[in-house]
Amino acid sequence: MSRETSLNSVIGLGLLLVPLWAYWADEPFIITLSTKVAILALAGVGLNIALGLGGLVSFGHAAFFGIGGYAMGILAAHAQTYVPLMEWPFLIDGTKSMPIIWLVAMVVSALVAVLIGALSLRTSGVYFIMITLAFAQMLYYFAISWPAYGGEDGLSIYLRNSFPGLNTLVPIQFFGICYALLMIVIAFSARLARSPFGLALAAARQNEERVETVGMRPYNLRLAAFVISAAITGLAGALYADLNRFVSPTMFSWHMSGEIMVFIILGGVARLYGPVAGAALYIMLEHFLGPISEYWQIYLGALLLLVVLFARGGLIGTLAGREVAHD
Amino acid sequence: MSLVLLIEQVLNGLQSGVMLFLMAAGLTLVFGVMGLINLAHGSLYMVGAFAAAATAAATGSFLLALIASLAAAAAAGAVIELAVIRRLYNRDHLDQVLATFALILIFSEGTRWLFGSFPLFLDVPSYLSGAVTLPFGIQYPLYRLTIIGVGLAVAVALFLLVSRTRLGIRIRAGESDREMIAALGVDISRLYTVVFALGAALAGLAGAMVGAIQSVQVGMGEPVLILAFVVIVIGGIGSIKGALVGSLLVGLTDTLGGFLLPQAFGLFMDASSATSIGSALASMLIYILMAGVLIFRPSGLFGRA
Amino acid sequence: MTDLVLETKGISKSFGALKASNNISLDLRVGEIHALIGPNGAGKSTLIKQIAGGLTPDSGSVHFLGEDVTTLDRVARARKGLGRTFQISSLAMDFTVLQNVVLGAQGAKGSPWHFFRNAMKDKRLLDIAWNALERVGLQDQAKVRTADLSHGQRRQLEVAVALTLSPKAFLMDEPMAGMGAAGSAQLTTFLENLRTEAPILLVEHDMDAVFALADRISVLVYGEIIASGTADEIRRDPQVQKAYLGEESL
Repeated sequence: MSRETSLNSVIGLGLLLVPLWAYWADEPFIITLSTKVAILALAGVGLNIALGLGGLVSFGHAAFFGIGGYAMGILAAHAQTYVPLMEWPFLIDGTKSMPIIWLVAMVVSALVAVLIGALSLRTSGVYFIMITLAFAQMLYYFAISWPAYGGEDGLSIYLRNSFPGLNTLVPIQFFGICYALLMIVIAFSARLARSPFGLALAAARQNEERVETVGMRPYNLRLAAFVISAAITGLAGALYADLNRFVSPTMFSWHMSGEIMVFIILGGVARLYGPVAGAALYIMLEHFLGPISEYWQIYLGALLLLVVLFARGGLIGTLAGREVAHD
Repeated sequence: MSLVLLIEQVLNGLQSGVMLFLMAAGLTLVFGVMGLINLAHGSLYMVGAFAAAATAAATGSFLLALIASLAAAAAAGAVIELAVIRRLYNRDHLDQVLATFALILIFSEGTRWLFGSFPLFLDVPSYLSGAVTLPFGIQYPLYRLTIIGVGLAVAVALFLLVSRTRLGIRIRAGESDREMIAALGVDISRLYTVVFALGAALAGLAGAMVGAIQSVQVGMGEPVLILAFVVIVIGGIGSIKGALVGSLLVGLTDTLGGFLLPQAFGLFMDASSATSIGSALASMLIYILMAGVLIFRPSGLFGRA
Repeated sequence: MTDLVLETKGISKSFGALKASNNISLDLRVGEIHALIGPNGAGKSTLIKQIAGGLTPDSGSVHFLGEDVTTLDRVARARKGLGRTFQISSLAMDFTVLQNVVLGAQGAKGSPWHFFRNAMKDKRLLDIAWNALERVGLQDQAKVRTADLSHGQRRQLEVAVALTLSPKAFLMDEPMAGMGAAGSAQLTTFLENLRTEAPILLVEHDMDAVFALADRISVLVYGEIIASGTADEIRRDPQVQKAYLGEESL
């Protein structure tokens, strides 16, 4: 087992053991924090497919996080008021069922990602960063000015949505759902990185000309990666809204996009467990520094600056050393 | 809808456009010369506004406040260039985005720590307050007219600076061939600091001038920063002309869209839903404009293909 | 003319006032090596881009296997069987050597649209990849990171990736560039045999290699073909001696 693999097991196991201990010690708040880590890590794992594997610096993934959140909010809001979502041309009711909400969140995120990606991927580099940011911002303003679902105030859901066979109101059970999804997606993303698609995508990141010369189109590969990445981040958005039982335009805000990216950087770009380590570190900083200073984000900023300038591999890179080429 | 109201809105669009230009010019200059994407540019806008508000509160002079905004933003720009930014020139864009994102956190929280969370107010001086009467009997605030004037004057000065002066020649040379100008003996790192501080000063000035019609608060620079990005994408990265055209386009589209769209929808639906649909759509209009430009010119109106 | 594989018909390309390609007609036939030589700035790169795709000529057309491919991009031309190597090695530098050739095999014989299977365990693609590595003599370096290869080894890998495509024609842009004498000699022998598999349009500065290998040589000067013929004809051509050999000592 390489050092990174052992480190990954420690991180993955740690994220499971901490809430189990909290359950035993009756510390529900710790369970909630761990759930938050799992969900934010999931958003990061999604972004990492575009950013780490594909080299696409999307600064607008809050768009998909927010879409996932609103997919949950809108469906659940209609279910709790018994008003159908639409009646014509066919009847669509709201729902409180998590699996359906997840599916809707992922499909809608993916569809929007096709549109945003198709336009944004016509450009590269700084343009791509700015354009993805701008599109996310467009959805942010739309969410604020569209009054039907709460506008600026957001939308509250009274009861957490349900999952067959589980009581999602029990924190440890909801954590279990989020953790299981995180592990499934990490396994998928590991698989994807080694697949023919992953090989071609990683090659396009390193050398676009090379991929074209062997007869594959980088644009199509990147668009697919962007869409997959968006669907996963959308799923995380739906879970996040369920965790808070609340969704608001701030899920679309560019700070959110920045934070998802920060998880990846703190943990280590293109590392499988990078977003998990990064999200955990971020939540711990917030949890421990927050009570000490109201201005804890200054320290977060300073830490981030240090990592970018001096420890580019992030947490995992620093602890596990240089990435080895794998095949 | 009267013509007078429409002309007023056009002037408002111009006013927000020229202020946007002050932001976008610095961003595009820094990108064109140094190849750096600087998210913290909005923080420099905020620094300018806070410096102006604090100076005005202490001295009562609006002119001193503007000078303070220029000086404080330029100084802040020079300091971060020397301490952080210059380590980023040879890094990839991801590192630049994250490091300047970190700078935003530090600037925002630092400002909150110094000035508190409540907004400050910067008053328009008495000699610029009140309205002037324009042709067609339009009453328009003198201060907003002044903003348009100052913005256009800065635009002209900037064009002259880049096209006529020695600094301008170096800036243009820096855009096309860094090694060449280093070989010619120009101190490139000093040039970079100067360009960065110049861009910062423009952002600070914009912050101060806009601060007098809006409130001065933490986070005020961020919406403007994103608009400036849209401007640059539309105008083409590195082009000052593109920044000017893009700023005016975005300023006018945003203002007129918010004004005209609800009225347009009002022609065929009831007033309240026309207002909500119209304003929701208007908030997306500049991004739709950006998408349109991208479809036809992926590197912007004046960008080098 | 069934043995015509690749042909340009009077292609021209200008950049402002500069005529980079002026009415160039050139062809490549089955079983031959056709070398394109010319001093720096003659317009070789511009011509290659128009043949490989990526640059559309202002006028004239490019034909490959009897089909007009002028408007196709380089991906489409690669899929039709145009195998290209670059003057400056164009490889995925973070990949292992084997990953680079598997990528080639995948582009030619596989598909990137599989999300679950392991790319490096596909028997069929691995066979193609190993075969290509063995042919250029890189099989012992398969697990080495490409960025850690020597310059000459990267040139070999570049050729190996082109081999995985089993192309109908090779377009090689200075494959010998930066190789030592031994490496050049080895590659010369290799190309000598490769021509029976698919003809090669060879752009090369190494004149020993060109005169040893080429069945035909065309000389490009200031965007025009000033002479075309066998090695002996080119050596004797007074125009070539004046325009080319006069400028650049051999």
